[in-house]
Amino acid sequence: MSAILEVRDLRTEFRSEAGTAQAVDGISLLVGRGETLALVGESGCGKSMTGLSLLRIVPKPYGHIVGGEIRLDGRDLLKLPEAAMRQVRGNEVAMIFQEPMTSLNPVFTIGNQIVEAIQTHRDVGKAEARRLTVELLDQVGIPDAGRRLDDYPHRLSGGMRQRAMIAMAISCKPKLLIADEPTTALDVTVQAQILALLRRLQDELEMGMILITHDLAVVAETASRVAVMYAGRIVENGTVREVLRHPRHPYTQGLLQATPHARKAGGTRRKLAEITGLVPSLYDMPPGCAFAPRCPKAQAVCRSTVPTLAVGGGNVACHFPG
Amino acid sequence: MAFWRQYRRNVAAVIGLAILLVVVVMAVSAPLLYPGDPWDMAGKPFIWPFQSWKFPLGTDRLGRDVAACIFHGARVSLLIGLVATLVAVVVGIVVGAFAGFYGGKVDDVLMRLTEIFQTIPSFIFIFVVVAVFTPTVPIIVLAIAIVSWPQLARLVRGEFIALRGRDFIQGCIAIGMSDLRIIFFQALPNALAPVIVTASVTVALAILAESGLAFLGLGDPNVMSWGTIIGAGRAVLRQAWYLTAIPGVAILLTVLALNLIGDGLNDALNPRLRGRR
Amino acid sequence: MYRVIRIVRRRLLQMIPVVLGIVVFNFALLHLAPGDAVDVMAGEAGASNAEYVAQLRQQYGLDKPLPVQLGNYLWHVVQLDLGYSYRHNRPVLGLILERLPATLSLMLTALSLSILLGVGLGVLAAWRVRTATDTVISIFALLSYATPTFWIGLMFILLFGVTLGWLPTTGMESVGAGYKGLDRVVDIGRHMLLPAVTLALFYMAIYTRLMRASMLEVYGLDYVRTAQAKGLAGGKIAFKHVLRNALLPVVTVAGLQVGSLLGGSVLVETVFGWPGLGRLAYDAVFQRDFNTLLGILLLCSIVVVLANLVVDMLYAVLDPRIEYQ
Repeated sequence: MSAILEVRDLRTEFRSEAGTAQAVDGISLLVGRGETLALVGESGCGKSMTGLSLLRIVPKPYGHIVGGEIRLDGRDLLKLPEAAMRQVRGNEVAMIFQEPMTSLNPVFTIGNQIVEAIQTHRDVGKAEARRLTVELLDQVGIPDAGRRLDDYPHRLSGGMRQRAMIAMAISCKPKLLIADEPTTALDVTVQAQILALLRRLQDELEMGMILITHDLAVVAETASRVAVMYAGRIVENGTVREVLRHPRHPYTQGLLQATPHARKAGGTRRKLAEITGLVPSLYDMPPGCAFAPRCPKAQAVCRSTVPTLAVGGGNVACHFPG
Repeated sequence: MAFWRQYRRNVAAVIGLAILLVVVVMAVSAPLLYPGDPWDMAGKPFIWPFQSWKFPLGTDRLGRDVAACIFHGARVSLLIGLVATLVAVVVGIVVGAFAGFYGGKVDDVLMRLTEIFQTIPSFIFIFVVVAVFTPTVPIIVLAIAIVSWPQLARLVRGEFIALRGRDFIQGCIAIGMSDLRIIFFQALPNALAPVIVTASVTVALAILAESGLAFLGLGDPNVMSWGTIIGAGRAVLRQAWYLTAIPGVAILLTVLALNLIGDGLNDALNPRLRGRR
Repeated sequence: MYRVIRIVRRRLLQMIPVVLGIVVFNFALLHLAPGDAVDVMAGEAGASNAEYVAQLRQQYGLDKPLPVQLGNYLWHVVQLDLGYSYRHNRPVLGLILERLPATLSLMLTALSLSILLGVGLGVLAAWRVRTATDTVISIFALLSYATPTFWIGLMFILLFGVTLGWLPTTGMESVGAGYKGLDRVVDIGRHMLLPAVTLALFYMAIYTRLMRASMLEVYGLDYVRTAQAKGLAGGKIAFKHVLRNALLPVVTVAGLQVGSLLGGSVLVETVFGWPGLGRLAYDAVFQRDFNTLLGILLLCSIVVVLANLVVDMLYAVLDPRIEYQ
C-alpha cells in the first residue's frame, strides 16, 4: 500500500489569554491511496483541529502548528510557502464540514461557489467551469442540476447542501478528502445516503479519505482503518476489524460500550454515557496518561508517565492494554 | 464581587467609571463650591483660563465664572440624561414586555406604534416639541424620552420572545401565575442585563441631544447647561475660543465615559459575548 | 428581481399606517401647542380683534369638532398642502422643497463619507485586530462617537477657517463670485467639506465599530473556513466572502440613521450657515412659525420612510435569504 498522506508527530497549539492548549499533541497518521482512515473521538478531543491542521487553516490568531511533518506524496506540506499551500487546498486535499447549513456562503449561489473552486485551481473559462459544475452536481446526485446551479444555499435541504459541499470538494479531483463529521447534522436516512455517496466517489476518484467522526457505527460502515483520539493524542489505532472487535485501550472499550448496538432512529448521536468523569481541559492536562482520571484500570504509573504509541498497524497507547 | 471582577478587566471601562465619578462629584459639589447663580457676573469679562486663581477656567464675555458654569452644567446634563433615560427605560420595558410576551395582535399594534416613533427624526422631533411648548427641563426630558424608548422597547421585546419559550416561564404559566407577575417578577429580571447596557448609551445620547438643544438656544433658560455655554461662546469664537472648547470637552468626556461604561457592562454582563471583542 | 419588487410592494403596504400615524401625531402636536394657528396668524397680522379671530377660526375650520379637523388636516396633507407660512408669505411646501436639495446633498455627502470611512477603518481594524492600528482606530471611533457634532463643527471653523484659513466656513457658495460650471462645483465642494465631515464623524464612528465587529464575526463563520479550504487567497476571502456579509448590518443601521442624520444636519447647518431645512427650522422656531416647523417634521419623516424603502431594496439585493425571514 503506498501512502499518499503520512503525518508524523503533528503538534498544534492554541494560545490565548487562558494559556496554551495542546489541541493536537504529537499525532502520527498514515492514509493509503483510495483508503479510508477514521479519526474517532469525543468532541473537543482535537480531531477537527487535526483536520484543519492538515490544510494549515487552524483558526487565527490563536491556533499555531508548532511541529511535525505532513507528507502528501512525500512532500512536506508544513514546509511549503503559503502561496504553494493554497494550490494544495481544494486541489490536492479537500475538506467538507459538519454543518452544511452554515458551510456555504448564504449570499452566493451554489454554482458560483463551485465555479469559484474550479477556477481557483484550473485555467478554464466561466462557461466551461459552469458546465463542469453541472456535471459535478449531477455526479453527487443533485436532481435537476442545471437549475440547482443558480439556487442560493437556503433553497436547498441539509442533505442537498452537503451534496453541494461534496461536489465542491471533489471539483478538482483531490487525492485526499477530509470529511469532518459529514453526516452528524443530517437526518438518519440522509446520513446513509451521504456515506454511500462518499464511498462511491472514493472508488471513482481513487481518493484517500480521512473521516472524522464520533460515531463508531459510521466507522464500521465506511472505514478500513481507525485511529482513536483522546485529549489531543492517538490512544489506539489499527484496522477497523481489530479495533472494533478487540479494543485494547480502556477508552476505546468504553466508547464501544457507549455505542448502541442497533442503529435506531436518533440513537446514533448518543454520547459516552458509560465513561464516568469529564474530558480533561486541554489547558490543564494531567501529567501522565490523559485518560487516567477516568480509567478503571489506572495505576500509579499511569498518573506519572505518558504511554507512547509507535507508528504502525494495531498499536495502543496504554500501560495496561486489554 | 464577581461582577466587579469581570468589569475591572476592561481597563477602558474603569477609566470611564472614573471620569463619570468626577462628573458626578462636580454635579454634587456645585452648590457647595459655587453657591449662588452661575449666570451672575463674577469678575472681569474675558479672563483666559489659568490666568487667575479665582477663575481657573476663566470668565466669559459677561464676566461669568466658567468653572462655576461647568460645575452647574454637570448637574443639568446628568439630571436630564438620567431622568430621560429612566422614563424611556420604563416605557420601553412596558411596551417591549407586553409585545414580546403576548405576541400576535398586541405585538403588531405595539410594534407599529414603535415604528412610528422610530421613523420620526429624533432630534428634529425634540427640537419641534421643545419649540412648540416651552423650553423647560420637564419638557426637554419628556421630548428626549419620547424618542429614546423605541430602541429599548425593541430590545426588551426580543428578550421576551426568547424568554417566552423557556421552561421556567412555561412553568409559571402552567401553575397559573398571573401574567403581570410573570412579566415583571419572573421574565424581566432575566432581560435586564442588555437593558442596562443599552441604557448607559441612551444616557450618553440624551446628554448629546440636550447639549445640542441648548446650543441652539432651546435649553431651559433658568438652568446652566454646557450646550448653552457653547452657544453663547460661539459668538466670540475668534476672540475667546476657550469659551467654546471647555464645555465641549466636558460633554465629550462625559459621553465618552458613559460609552466606555456601556462597553464594560456589556463585557461583564453578557458572558457569552466575552472574548469576541 | 421579481423578488425585490415583491418585497418593496409589501414594505409599501406596511408603510401606510406608519405614515398615517406620523400625520396624526403631527396634528396632535399642533393642537397641544399653546394657542392655535389662528392666534399666531392674528398675532402676526397685528390684529387682536376678537371678531376677526373668530372669523379666521371659522375660515380654517378650527371651530369644528376635532375629528372633523383631523379629517381636514389629513385631506390637506394628502393633497400635499402643508399649510401656509405667514412669516414667509408662501405655502410651506414650496418653502421646504426649495431648501430640501441643500439638506439632501449635505446629508448624502455626509452619509457616503461616513460609510466609506467607517467601512474602510472597520475593515482595517479587523484585519489588524489586536495591533496598534486597531487600537488607534478604536480610540478614534470612540472619540468621534462621543463628540458633540456642533462642537466639532465649531472647532473645525476655528482650525481650518480662522487659524489656517484653508476653507470657507459659512454658506453654500461664494456669494457674488459668479462662478460658473466646474468652478461653481468646486466652490460648493469647498463649502461643503467642513459641514459634511462634521456631520459624518459621528456616524463614521458607528460604522467603524460595527464593521470591525461584523468582520471579526464573519471571519469566524463556517463558510469562511470553507473558502479557505478551497484554496482561495486571503484578499479574495476578505473582499468576496467576508465583506459582503459583514456589510449587511451596516446597511441596516445606516438605514435606521437617516432620521438621526437629518436631525444632525439641523445642528450642522446652523453652525455653518448652510441654507437647508435645518436652517429653516431654526429660523421657524424663533419666528414661532409652527406651520413651517411641523411641515419640516412631517416631510423629514417621509424622507426617512422613503430612505427605509431604499435600504430594504438594497438589503434584499445584498441578501438573497431575505424573503424567508
